[in-house]
Amino acid sequence: MDALLAPVQAFLGPAWLPLWTLAKIVAIAVPVILCVAYLTYAERKVIGYMQVRVGPNRVGPWGLLQPFADVIKMLFKEIVVPSGANRWLFFIAPMLSLAPALAAWAVIPFTGTLVLANIDAGLLYILAMTSVGVYGIILAGWASNSKYAFLGCLRSAAQIVSYEIAMGFALVGVLMSANTLNLSGIVAGQEGGAAYWYVWPLFPLAAVYLISGVAETNRHPFDVAEGESEIVAGFHVEYSGITFALFFLAEYMNMILIAVLTAIMFFGGWLAPWPALNDARLWDWIPVVGGVAPFGDGFFWLAAKVAAVLLVFLWIRATFPRYRYDQIMRLGWKVFIPITLVWIVFVGAMMQTRYAPLFH
Amino acid sequence: MSFESLLFYVFAAILVFAALRVVTTRNPVHAALWLVLSFVTAAGLWLLLGAEFLAIALVLVYVGAVMVLFLFVVMMLDVNFDALRSRIRSHLPVAAVVGAVILAEMALLLVRATRGAGTPPPAAGENTRALGRLLYVDYVYPFEIAAVILLVAIVAAIALTHRRRRDTKHQDPGRQAKVKRADRVRLIDLRSGKP
Repeated sequence: MDALLAPVQAFLGPAWLPLWTLAKIVAIAVPVILCVAYLTYAERKVIGYMQVRVGPNRVGPWGLLQPFADVIKMLFKEIVVPSGANRWLFFIAPMLSLAPALAAWAVIPFTGTLVLANIDAGLLYILAMTSVGVYGIILAGWASNSKYAFLGCLRSAAQIVSYEIAMGFALVGVLMSANTLNLSGIVAGQEGGAAYWYVWPLFPLAAVYLISGVAETNRHPFDVAEGESEIVAGFHVEYSGITFALFFLAEYMNMILIAVLTAIMFFGGWLAPWPALNDARLWDWIPVVGGVAPFGDGFFWLAAKVAAVLLVFLWIRATFPRYRYDQIMRLGWKVFIPITLVWIVFVGAMMQTRYAPLFH
Repeated sequence: MSFESLLFYVFAAILVFAALRVVTTRNPVHAALWLVLSFVTAAGLWLLLGAEFLAIALVLVYVGAVMVLFLFVVMMLDVNFDALRSRIRSHLPVAAVVGAVILAEMALLLVRATRGAGTPPPAAGENTRALGRLLYVDYVYPFEIAAVILLVAIVAAIALTHRRRRDTKHQDPGRQAKVKRADRVRLIDLRSGKP
């Protein structure tokens, strides 16, 4: 690979670094967007089967081309700007919600070696990026000049700010166990099989993180920001066509991001549940991709864990009724934050005793 | 000009422009958004200096939390800002004094910095650890006292502004569960009679 790239590097000179980084960004962003497309398909199929329906099955074999049909439909729809709307902010809002969702992927380690930016403060960077995403929603609600959209954006802003605190505290526990903010370092700290994953010593934090993640992404049962039965569609009620699709894309991208982070921080990332299975040579027999670097290095394991967490998200959506807004606030402030605080103090205290190795 | 100094000038230009727009724009929501942009570009400048923890903390705390609440409040305010602006002449002397003091302080700092009296920054990449050690080991008591003062301020603000409304239809689940049949149902003997 390096031998192939060397002449290209020499030819491009100083433009090499930006172009090569751009190529790597595209190599991450395009698969993520494809994953979003098929997550929408999976959601409709899974919920369909849970409700004894078949889900989409008309476009392509088993309905597999449905996401592309949806995208093409969205692209050709007219974008209607409400009268009295703030045009500039109205169009910038969907981009502001999508950009942080994409930017957070920069520090995600897919395998031990496959990461775009292996920065030391990776965990903080992720927190910062996920907290910036709320601007898209707030601005969408305000710029639409619509009461329903405005109510939706206020609900969403309050909810995201509240759950971010519980989420941050859950990550403090991980930081204490791993002794580093670097995401690759966090996975390396869980080496040695499923018994060493942080989900066991930090179980309450993992549960709080997962549920807060559902709330952060405005997913069911915390989707009062778009509660159809009360405020039509919440903050994106005035959006149509591709501007609406961007909100949709950002929401599903955040969902996958939360699933990836859960897998990395609590379920050992790309490490196999049994250490012997980490050997790349075991996977050579798989046709086409078996011997290729990212897949043989444990990418399979990360993908499997992410798929499992995403299935839980869909399962939750098919199962639970929507929370009432005051119940959401109560859960965030009066249940999750105390749980995380107590568990952080507990972990800190246990680390001073001889049981400390259990928590590292 | 290296790539980094080019980045510096781009960020600095955006920062100055955004900061100017914060005070010149008429719409308060737009002003808050320009402030967000200036925070983000300031974080970019700090990243260029290798202060990655401070940069990310700026985005996390100010952009992610403080400005969201700011926007939240500003969007719901029903204030006639043109009426407020008409009084600008009477506020001008005080504002000029405060501005002059801040300007003088910053000029002093800059003079000191250009003479090389400042402390050298810690090695890039390690500054999260270095900051943590400074805050929680060397200066742990001042830091904790500052935290307690902030907590007192939060409690005081809530205590001062919190009022219990009397007209809310508040439900007490405990009382609801304790209700007996005799509290709600009254059986009366109705005799049938001639109409």
